[in-house]
Amino acid sequence: MVPEEICLILEKQFGDAVQSTKVEGGHPHAVVAADRWPEVALFLRDDPRLRFNLLNCISSLDLLADNKLACVYDLSSLPLDRGTALIIETHLFAVRVVTDRDEPTIPSVARVWPTAEWHEREAYDLMGIRFENHPDLRRILCPDDWVGHPLRKDYEFPLEYHGIPATTEYELTNPRH
Amino acid sequence: MNKAMGETILESQPDLLIDIDRREQGDLDTEEMLVNMGPQHPSTHGVLRIVLRTDGEMIQEAIPHIGYLHRCAEKIGENLQPYQFIPYTDRMDYLAGMNNNQAYAVAVEKLAGMEVPPRGQAIRVIMAELNRIASHLVSLGCYGMDMGAFTPFLYCFREREMILDLFEAACGARLTYSYLTIGGVFQDLPEGWVEQCREFLDYFEPKIDDYNNLLSFNHIFIKRTGRIGTISPEDVVRWGLTGPLIRASGIRWDLRKVTPYDGYEQYDFEIPIGEPAGSDGFPAAGIEVGDSWNRYFVRVLEMEQSVRIIRQALDRLPEGDFRAKKVTNVKLPDDEVYVEIENPRGQLGFYVRGDGSAIPYRVKSRGPSFCNLSITTHVCRNCLLADIPAIIGSIDVVMGEVDR
Amino acid sequence: MSQFSVPWKPRSEVRYGFLSRVIIAIAAAIYAIFKPVVSRFPGLVAWAVLILSCLLVWAHAVIFDYVDETILRAAADQDITRPVIQFGSPSTWGYAPSTIEPLLAGAGMGSGFASLCKYALWPLQFIIVRDLIILAALFALFGLVPAYAIWWERKVAGRIQSRTGPMRVGGWHGWAQSLADGLKLVLKEDLVPDEADKPLFRVAPYLALIPAALAFVALPFGVGWVFRELDVALVFILAMLGIEVVGVIVGGWASNNKWSVYGAMREACQMVAYEIPMGMALLVPIVCAGTLSLREIGEMQSGGWFSWLAFSNPFAFIAFVSYVIASLASVKRAPFDLPESESELVAGFHTEYSGYRWGIFFLAEYAAMFVVGALASVLFLGGWNSPLPSSWAASWGDGWIARIAEGILFGGPLWFIAKAFGFVYLQMWLRWTLPRIRIDQVLYACVQVLLPLTMLLLIGTALWVWALESSGFAVFSSIVSVILGLIGLVFAFGFLGIAGYGFYNQRRLVGRLNTDLLSGS
Repeated sequence: MVPEEICLILEKQFGDAVQSTKVEGGHPHAVVAADRWPEVALFLRDDPRLRFNLLNCISSLDLLADNKLACVYDLSSLPLDRGTALIIETHLFAVRVVTDRDEPTIPSVARVWPTAEWHEREAYDLMGIRFENHPDLRRILCPDDWVGHPLRKDYEFPLEYHGIPATTEYELTNPRH
Repeated sequence: MNKAMGETILESQPDLLIDIDRREQGDLDTEEMLVNMGPQHPSTHGVLRIVLRTDGEMIQEAIPHIGYLHRCAEKIGENLQPYQFIPYTDRMDYLAGMNNNQAYAVAVEKLAGMEVPPRGQAIRVIMAELNRIASHLVSLGCYGMDMGAFTPFLYCFREREMILDLFEAACGARLTYSYLTIGGVFQDLPEGWVEQCREFLDYFEPKIDDYNNLLSFNHIFIKRTGRIGTISPEDVVRWGLTGPLIRASGIRWDLRKVTPYDGYEQYDFEIPIGEPAGSDGFPAAGIEVGDSWNRYFVRVLEMEQSVRIIRQALDRLPEGDFRAKKVTNVKLPDDEVYVEIENPRGQLGFYVRGDGSAIPYRVKSRGPSFCNLSITTHVCRNCLLADIPAIIGSIDVVMGEVDR
Repeated sequence: MSQFSVPWKPRSEVRYGFLSRVIIAIAAAIYAIFKPVVSRFPGLVAWAVLILSCLLVWAHAVIFDYVDETILRAAADQDITRPVIQFGSPSTWGYAPSTIEPLLAGAGMGSGFASLCKYALWPLQFIIVRDLIILAALFALFGLVPAYAIWWERKVAGRIQSRTGPMRVGGWHGWAQSLADGLKLVLKEDLVPDEADKPLFRVAPYLALIPAALAFVALPFGVGWVFRELDVALVFILAMLGIEVVGVIVGGWASNNKWSVYGAMREACQMVAYEIPMGMALLVPIVCAGTLSLREIGEMQSGGWFSWLAFSNPFAFIAFVSYVIASLASVKRAPFDLPESESELVAGFHTEYSGYRWGIFFLAEYAAMFVVGALASVLFLGGWNSPLPSSWAASWGDGWIARIAEGILFGGPLWFIAKAFGFVYLQMWLRWTLPRIRIDQVLYACVQVLLPLTMLLLIGTALWVWALESSGFAVFSSIVSVILGLIGLVFAFGFLGIAGYGFYNQRRLVGRLNTDLLSGS
């Protein structure tokens, strides 16, 4: 199934909730409104034409120029009804959910795809996006008392953490960026 | 303990919160014990920390805590040109550096629209499959050691040393290669390398039978790992587990066949999957599809297939360029791309977004170990303490990649 | 100069006390003397040490005999009354040296020599002095057996894993590795965790060590080569092995570490599970022999290979196998090494132990390995008897050479030690080959399989022994024992053949990849 068809299905089903689509380029995706996202996610997973049962990755994105944050959900379909036969066809698609940079919230899809639980925790930890209705939203890679979200473009690296030097002398005198 | 102090402890240690919640609900029969498995524990394969809630030897709950090796590699990737970031990908999954290089290179090439010459592609396939064998050898050996068998570990490392010798001859490094770069490979193969590689394959193939005789079909080993930590095909897909885990659960899914990259479509190989007891070449009893033993054995079978691929690639190694002409200062267009390839541990994905300059705007890596580890809590429940190494070892995590 | 200070202070240098310096100096001196000799003539030194230690022990036996015969009996014959021991006057302790001198001279010793010997031989008339001498020898053996078993284990593990094991210390195949390790352990800091139960933590290693040492007391190393001949020697040794477990449990509990507690609890479970099948399996040869005295059991089996108790009837043969399995569990060896399973419990009961106390735990473990091997050899494999019937020696005449050969092949402790070390080797071999069993599987195997099996074996043996009273069955029994002996012989030669094949082909086993052409090799 090509991305155009998927976009058509989505637009037909959800209308305005699909804010825009992009089918050319390296990464065809649809932009979905944040408040309708769990609904769309459930449809993407359960619709017999789509069956996006595998959530590959959630990539958080800092769109500093637009003052927005975004999450990119990469999905693929893995037909489970083939038994032990070799699966050679799949269809891939991605969904982007954009949220405000000052108060970033996106509804969680951890109940749609359980694998999203850790991916969302990572996005919360490193990018500071809050996921509503997440079962266990806390930092995953950084320590629990870490300040700030490192992957944001305007993040400033702390010089020390609990008395441990967090940067080298070289970087103090020769900042790279 | 006064209230304020209790609250600070609860805030900083959320796993204790869960425990105390249960105590208040009163569903506690015997005294339970919280045990910290890791971050310094012999069988957590690095700095994984698992908090175990145990009732005697029975595990009630296992909660993994990660991040001890976090270096924010993605942030580094946003500050370096792709060819400069290649060495950092080595440090993610340090047991499969070649495959990590390949994943990032393939992603950047797709974004920048670069073409890899056929010789470069063939060398990449050889290196990736050799590294798959090396990585699986570590996995098998360590798994044996988790089960208390020390000898297979050294046998596996003996053979891995030879692969590392081959890598060293090709690129000068033994662990962090940075050999597969953007646009091809860093340098051509040295003279006589192909013959050495053939000699190694001739030597290595019968050794797989040795491992099977010593460990795979050992009665105690099957007793320890068979029917332990079984994951159903539905769960595998729900939790996004990939690589040997998804294949051990009976789904014949491999990105080298589904979305071939670097010319994998030219090679003839099979995708082994986990089989029930009594199948051809499998033990007659004691195992089931999706258990720890099958996860282990799929890796053994994959090594055989990797040998097949390498033989084919060596036979048809084309002459010509091994690298594209321009690999540094490549302008990345204002576009984004998400590419996954088949790592020894599963699907390694790279999301790369360019902004017109030579430095990517955003790099995100999807580590297979990260996703595979997330099922720990779900699987390690109502099992024995000794089953935890059996399950974690069969998931085969590399913490460098989990924490990135 | 970094702007960030190190948050911890470097420790002050360790200062060794006088005693430590003396130990180090003695060790260094011994090492300096022995290293060139051993590395130049390794085989010669090994044989010399073996023969010298045998001669030393033998010389003591001769002197003890001489004292018994020449002094004590002569004194009794000549009606020289033994003075009553009075603590006030030391001159009346035993036969005074002045009494001994004429007795020695009467036995044909020159008067000058006799006047020298009378003082040397005087203490030997007291049993306690002899006991102290023998105990010293026994404890030397007790120290040497674990030290060399550890070194040997490392060599065996190395060979199994296609590497060499220790090669440096001492020159020849790292023969001094264990001594160096022991010295290192003794000199290390004695760490006791703050939260541990300190007295128990300190005493636990000795609780493991002392019973293992005491078990040596009742082991018959040869005809008359036993320190205390107990008529319940078997029960005594089993009891000592049982007490050793207490040390492990106490150590695990006192460490105040959750992993240690797991190890201790596993050891307790395992003890409950294996002790009974092990005792049952040992009762089978007891029923065959009709006595608990290890000396009598050993003497029963002096008729060569086919008279060994393991081959006496099929039940004993199976009991031998089940004893080997249960004994693995009793000394915490793989695949039953759950109390210290390093991939699950970090290090199990000795997680918190280091240095000297840790070393004592291992001393006890290897000594116990030797003891269970020795028990198996006494009860099943003929003890100190050689595989050849001892009646052969009678035909060799009475010359010196014949006597030495007879002493080495039939009377001395060589066969006994060789058999016991054969079992130690078996334990090592299994350890480096097999994965570890899970705790529920250990309990299942011991309680639900081994225990009923050994009970059946015991009943079967009892019936077999009862049936032996009829002469027809005795003929049948001897035929069966010959068949079983042949099976054992096939196993023994098969093992030797495999070992020989491996030794002959050791260069070929690794493979023929020529890595020399690759850089970095």
